[in-house]
Amino acid sequence: MDKLVIAGRRFESRLFIGTGKYSSNAVMAEAIAASGTEMVTVALRRVDIDNENDDLLAAIDRRKYLLLPNTSGARDAAEAVRLARLARAASGIEWIKLEVTPDPYYLLPDGTETLKAAEELVKDGFIVLPYINADPILAKRLQDIGTATVMPLASPIGSNQGLKTRAAIEIIIAQATVPVVVDAGLGLPSHAAEAMEMGADAVLVNTAIATAKDPVMMAGAFAKAVEGGREAFRAGFAGQKAQASASSPLTGFLRND
Amino acid sequence: MEQAMSDIRIILETKQLDTCSSGWLEAIEGVSRADVLREIDAVPGKYHIERLIALLSPAADHFLEQMAQVGRQLTIRRFGRTIQLYVPLYVSNYCINSCRYCGYSSSAGGDCTRLTIEEALAEADIIAGEGFRHILIVSGEDPGFVTVDYLAELAAGLRKRFSSISVEIYPLDREQYRRLFEAGIDGVTLYQETYDRSVYARCHPSGPKSDYDRRLETHDLAGSAGMRRMGIGVLLGLGDWRLETLALAEHADYLMKKYWRSQVSFSFPRLRPARGMQAEFGHLVGDRDMVKMMLALRLCFADAGIVLSTRESASLRDNLIRLCVTQISAGSKTSPGGYGGHIQSTRQFEIDDERTAAEVAAMIDAAGFQPVWKDWDKAFSVLP
Repeated sequence: MDKLVIAGRRFESRLFIGTGKYSSNAVMAEAIAASGTEMVTVALRRVDIDNENDDLLAAIDRRKYLLLPNTSGARDAAEAVRLARLARAASGIEWIKLEVTPDPYYLLPDGTETLKAAEELVKDGFIVLPYINADPILAKRLQDIGTATVMPLASPIGSNQGLKTRAAIEIIIAQATVPVVVDAGLGLPSHAAEAMEMGADAVLVNTAIATAKDPVMMAGAFAKAVEGGREAFRAGFAGQKAQASASSPLTGFLRND
Repeated sequence: MEQAMSDIRIILETKQLDTCSSGWLEAIEGVSRADVLREIDAVPGKYHIERLIALLSPAADHFLEQMAQVGRQLTIRRFGRTIQLYVPLYVSNYCINSCRYCGYSSSAGGDCTRLTIEEALAEADIIAGEGFRHILIVSGEDPGFVTVDYLAELAAGLRKRFSSISVEIYPLDREQYRRLFEAGIDGVTLYQETYDRSVYARCHPSGPKSDYDRRLETHDLAGSAGMRRMGIGVLLGLGDWRLETLALAEHADYLMKKYWRSQVSFSFPRLRPARGMQAEFGHLVGDRDMVKMMLALRLCFADAGIVLSTRESASLRDNLIRLCVTQISAGSKTSPGGYGGHIQSTRQFEIDDERTAAEVAAMIDAAGFQPVWKDWDKAFSVLP
């Protein structure tokens, strides 16, 4: 069976959902349900993680979905580590999506600080899912220190530009010993399908669903695309040919040898 | 290649944006409809001054609806279907300046009040009860009372209830901003009021605020001290709004590149009635031009915050949150002690949107957006 396993936990769905930018918590909850996801990520800046009556947290059914806190907004390793520790102390959740995003404009991750933070958090017993630029060397270094996944961006958060970093992600996938989750910039279900066809283990989508006219329908569309892309990957793509096969092949003379 | 400019003063001077330049006005007037269309269709959210000139031009009046559509899409993609709420806490309306347009002017003869820490925290409790988590401490230029120690002590109390604390006070130096940052304050709002030096001199005849350059360098000091949020703006009505927008954009571009870890937001304070206004102002800005300015800036700066206060009417605010606004205040009181209602004191300006926070939140919800009360956490910074 083709199940995704991250840190020993099995996932049926290879689509993870972000919870920002929705027009309401009710719409967010419906979209999450429509996506079939089993893991949703929540920015610690947006919630009171220690308050079970927090509006946003209360809209996420924790019996159905693994809650993955993230450190988005952290400028450096120290902030991200502090946030993660406080969140774990308050909630008991050991999973952390590590986002060190000092630049509030493109929200690109700082690789140096991410590596530093990951090292400390892994030593501290966290299950670390680091958000990174599509940097194959950084991806290997993070895997070496024991992160549970690597999460390279397809294009900047919220840009909906799709797989701008395709070539680098291909390398990351080829070299990976942990699941690769393509995160950020997937603007259409076809982008998500493309990522899965390339061999990504999962994708994470937020803006494209949250800001769609019909987030619930879009969530369903992404779910189908992720399944379709994964099946296509498993079915084995025959490969594109630039030219037609020659009717008189060059090695035909060997046939009767 | 143009030499890198390291100083905003030099940038404005070199580009003649600190003066009323007929060259820029001619450039704005000379824009064609084709120019405007090209800039609306160009890669969104990229700034260069020619783009802004086109979007501010008279020709752009024919395309305001298109600008609005693009502006809305950009804002939703970048910020989501959300509007962040904040609230001002006025702690002192004593002021040693004599700005000609302000109700706090030292020559205006109003009722002045200074809140003790306890009184300020009592006001804050009322505000927190409304649901706010982002607070802006505001005061006149009152360095004798609103000291760094006062602000640090106030911030320590506010951190218990609020996730994010900013200040809109008189300019400080880098070391003072650093102390505020370490006390849990991580945003600075300060408007240049006008980038035109001669208008500035006329409007700020005395007091520390009469120093144009000192005011202009403030965000550099705040940014280098680590402040995460920078609110900039001009007081619409003092100088020609189109020239002011060009200068404001150059300032924003400079700050965004130099202090790339800090978020710049634009505010749009407009001259409104205030006690003791001493002079007439010949550049008052109507709704249409203000909206054009906001959209032009949004199309050039996709990632900048756009802030709207309760100076503006309810109906204008209701419409603008559908366009490009990302943060608004609600239920604001602009006099110290105004939330408790026991202290009668001079207001800085008249409020036009008198709705409560709950009413504004309901309006946001009805418009298809989520009112966001909390979008930061005190855990990001460490108090000693």
